[in-house]
Amino acid sequence: MIHSREVLKILLVVLSIMAIFVSISAFASETQEAARAAASASTTPWWVWPLALFVVTFVLGILAVLGGVGGGVLFVPIIGGFFPFNIDFVRGAGLLVALAGALAAGPGLLRRNLASLRLALPVALIASSAAIVGAMIGLALKPNVVNTLLGATILFIVAIMVTAKKSDFPNVAKPDNLSQSLHIMGIYREESLGKDVEWQVHRTPQGLALFIIIGIMAGMFGLGAGWANVPVLNLLMGAPLKISVATSKFLLSITDTSAAWVYLNQGAVLPMIVVPSIVGIMLGSIVGVKILVKSKPKAIKWMVIGLLLFAGLRALLKGIEIWK
Amino acid sequence: MTEKPKASEEQLAYAGVLNNGMWIGLALLVVTFIIYISGALPSYVPIEKLSEIPQGSNVPYWGMRAHEFNQAFNIPTGWGWVAQVGKGDYLNFVGIAILGGLSILCYLVILPILIRKKDASYVVIAALEVAVLLLAASGILKAGGH
Repeated sequence: MIHSREVLKILLVVLSIMAIFVSISAFASETQEAARAAASASTTPWWVWPLALFVVTFVLGILAVLGGVGGGVLFVPIIGGFFPFNIDFVRGAGLLVALAGALAAGPGLLRRNLASLRLALPVALIASSAAIVGAMIGLALKPNVVNTLLGATILFIVAIMVTAKKSDFPNVAKPDNLSQSLHIMGIYREESLGKDVEWQVHRTPQGLALFIIIGIMAGMFGLGAGWANVPVLNLLMGAPLKISVATSKFLLSITDTSAAWVYLNQGAVLPMIVVPSIVGIMLGSIVGVKILVKSKPKAIKWMVIGLLLFAGLRALLKGIEIWK
Repeated sequence: MTEKPKASEEQLAYAGVLNNGMWIGLALLVVTFIIYISGALPSYVPIEKLSEIPQGSNVPYWGMRAHEFNQAFNIPTGWGWVAQVGKGDYLNFVGIAILGGLSILCYLVILPILIRKKDASYVVIAALEVAVLLLAASGILKAGGH
């Protein structure tokens, strides 16, 4: 249980971060107003924004690890909501941020047999094909429509994070025919129990069908999709939690690749936004892992939920032009 | 002490290529970005222009929609950036393309292993995935509405 003093601390931290983002947003508006008044010259040196981006993504990298979410899901609504970059470039960068994180984590997860290639490959084929469609839809939609849908999606993710339960070792009494014919099963060492755990999956056709929707959303919003991958793999298909989390992370390296190419080919990738973000998030993640050892994950999870709620509302209100 | 369960041959091969390619891609990304912001090479779009607000617009260049930005600077789309790789900004695309192409390479590495194992269904799945990723990377697909 979280004590009232901890709740107060979390609220203070969330409010402080919100205040920083609102200040960044107000600063962006003011500098744009001033620049408009002075015809075309910008009053802010160009390097201020990539530097601010690096600092903010560094903090997001820490929070993402501590809150158990992917960097992309925090990156797109927060950078899209409070920085002066168009949502097209933010989504392109968001996909590359999620892709870089997944590529970095992938080799270790595969070698330790936590990410399963047999589980990931069929899912990746569906999700990456759908992500291409999602990316094309996303780039064709108007920014306010994207922001509105993004806001609604982020609020939905918050609801999932608050309500969804997880199962360490779901009971799969009988694998379905498809998973049996594809031999989707495995064995891994569960260090906490000191024994090997055998696993198999069920409801594979239903799971694969859901990955069509997940892929489209990943491509459309540039979010990464760990928030949706894990519940489907774990709760619906019955893969153990560790296998689900690791396979989901690895899966992003394939799903986000296909969508990222669409953004790259459409000119929706700006190195000035992409590189500071990737470096910031990755360095933040390294620091986050070190802090994780000493922190209270439950309290931080609520902090991340608070931030996502705020960023989701911001995107929604920006989309319906209440908070421009 | 029992031996830990081992990952399959194709899984280990995939991990090996992914690991090497990821470090090469990320290192290139950082090095090329330093070249870009240092101004050691001229940029296709001058860096200071990005945050500027053009005449008659409400937003800076990087606040424009991608297709408007592309029009404003006559940006090459698809693989057109390769011809501009001598420019500081497009040099960064080399690292990005390596990260984007890495999964395709990994699939190509595991395909012969799957064929040797006569794992027909996964050969088909891996071949289809390569086709999907190549299609995405080809630049053939265009988003409408512009």
